[in-house]
Amino acid sequence: MTTTVIDPADQRAPALGRLGWALADGWTIAVRDLQHWRRQPGQLAVGLLFPVLMVVMFGYVLGGGMAIPGGGDYLDFLMPGMFALTMVFGLEATMTAVTTDASRGVTDRFRSLPMARSGVVLGRAVADMLGSVLGLAVMLLCGLAVGWRAHGTLAEALAAVALLLWLRFAFLWLGIFIGLATRDPGVIMAVQILVWPFAFLSNAFVPTSTMPGWLGAVAEVNPMAATVAATRDLFGNPGAQADGWLAEHALLVAVVSPAVMTLVFAALAVRRWQRLER
Amino acid sequence: MAAPPTPPRAAPVGPTARDQTARDQTAGGGAEAAVLVRGLRKTFGGRTVLDGVDLAAPPGTVLALLGPNGAGKTTTVRIVSTLLRPDGGEVRVAGHDVVREPDAVRRRIGLVGQHAAVDEVLGARQNLVMFGRLHHLGKAEARRRADAMLERFGLTEAADRPVQTFSGGMRRRLDLAAGLLVSPDVLLLDEPTTGLDPQGRLDVWAAVRGLAGQGVTVVLTTQHLEEADRLADQVCVLDGGRVVASGTPDELKAAIGGDRIDVVVAEDRRGEAARVVAAATGTPVQQPEDRPGLVTAPVADRMAALTAVVRALDDAGLAVVDVGLRRPTLDEAYLRITGRPAEAAQQTEVAA
Repeated sequence: MTTTVIDPADQRAPALGRLGWALADGWTIAVRDLQHWRRQPGQLAVGLLFPVLMVVMFGYVLGGGMAIPGGGDYLDFLMPGMFALTMVFGLEATMTAVTTDASRGVTDRFRSLPMARSGVVLGRAVADMLGSVLGLAVMLLCGLAVGWRAHGTLAEALAAVALLLWLRFAFLWLGIFIGLATRDPGVIMAVQILVWPFAFLSNAFVPTSTMPGWLGAVAEVNPMAATVAATRDLFGNPGAQADGWLAEHALLVAVVSPAVMTLVFAALAVRRWQRLER
Repeated sequence: MAAPPTPPRAAPVGPTARDQTARDQTAGGGAEAAVLVRGLRKTFGGRTVLDGVDLAAPPGTVLALLGPNGAGKTTTVRIVSTLLRPDGGEVRVAGHDVVREPDAVRRRIGLVGQHAAVDEVLGARQNLVMFGRLHHLGKAEARRRADAMLERFGLTEAADRPVQTFSGGMRRRLDLAAGLLVSPDVLLLDEPTTGLDPQGRLDVWAAVRGLAGQGVTVVLTTQHLEEADRLADQVCVLDGGRVVASGTPDELKAAIGGDRIDVVVAEDRRGEAARVVAAATGTPVQQPEDRPGLVTAPVADRMAALTAVVRALDDAGLAVVDVGLRRPTLDEAYLRITGRPAEAAQQTEVAA
């Protein structure tokens, strides 16, 4: 005969399933980030407006000297690149948040609570994706304000937005992994700096066909490049046409390469998380 | 904080009927300690950090883990609080195995680590409500408890200020409040007074004593002998991943053997006095650097030694400022047990 022992401590809250608690705990953690925004509106504003400043710098300061092969307006060309860049910049927010929690002992506090293990990561994901949705919304408005337009259908435009957020999702896992792997502020700063050459070495600011052949080839395999090319195509913006297999299959690559990144870095992040116990 | 905090122990989150039974059994000399560690082993990349540690804290007592940095204190606390997996041995908290039933353990512990593990941007109340929600308290209950803890730890007025504006003492109080939110059976404190000013230290001590008085089992780590002496029912001295001594503070002091005689002379004649005292007691004397003019030595027969020392000093023509017999301090016990003074151990860690 088996007896089920009911643990009285389990009854402190209405019973939710495993998944239910993971969602509930994830939301509690995500709400914390929303509270951060309310407490630090200045910081939030700077984060949202920095890419806008970049648009001004590249679109107006440097844009006059830019010519798109095959013609077209530079701002129309630039905006999809800036959207993708805004997504990649999200890496910094994720990385910093994860490292801060780990170094202050907040991660340990979470791990000592009877909460769902996946809640911590789920909350991080929800908060950062919400932040990036907000950031992308600001950039779309900024684009419309400077005269950028989506020339395709609404469905194509929504697909472009989905591709951009999909890229952000991949960088979320990279950020969680780096954040867990190092507590060294120096490494975090190095990554923040390296984001720049990474972004420039793509088709975001200039068409890769204007670069020396070998450099253009490097820029083409940048995970960001396929998203930018596919987004340009979907928005009907100039500069999408390019040659080479990667460029011709930009949409496919823009779907697959963030998926691969997500799988790799989510697996690495989970391993790092488990290694906290060792 | 004004008064020792009393954690809310209201049903249904207070000690459960089952836990109460466990306590009664223990009181009756039977079953299990609130924290039971047997043969605990842990290695980090081939380096042995814990090499067979045994500990037992009966319910409602304070157990202090005393030792220099690297002795394995923090590792022990991290294993007991389910943050680290042991490589060998058994650890049970309130009757639950930390490896097999980590969630049951997590529901019964409060952990206060070396850093104030709270969100710096949020206010104190927001922090406590968040931790309460993660303990799976309902929304209203989480708020009620947060307010109760803020009140107990004297943080009500600062409740909505961002934590980054808090002083070190306030942060530590908030940290304690977070650890006590759901009235844990076992409270784990890793160096709870490190970095606090004297008043903050006294506040934490009062809080710990108050909690133990209410039946909470406290396990704390410390490098401060005074802290262990003041708070602990039981002290375990860890060194190199092993328990090298354990007992009540009085037992540890007694373990280094009997009483000591202290003689204070003018500082410029201390060396001379040391030779005279050594000759009179026949035991090795010490001349602590931070105590000018003091010569101290262990003695076997109190009164005979006192008479002999006073006579010898008088014969030598040394003017005595003070002379007295006393029990040894925990510092001296520590020196005897670990083979090096507590001060030196602390300095090693600063250099490291």
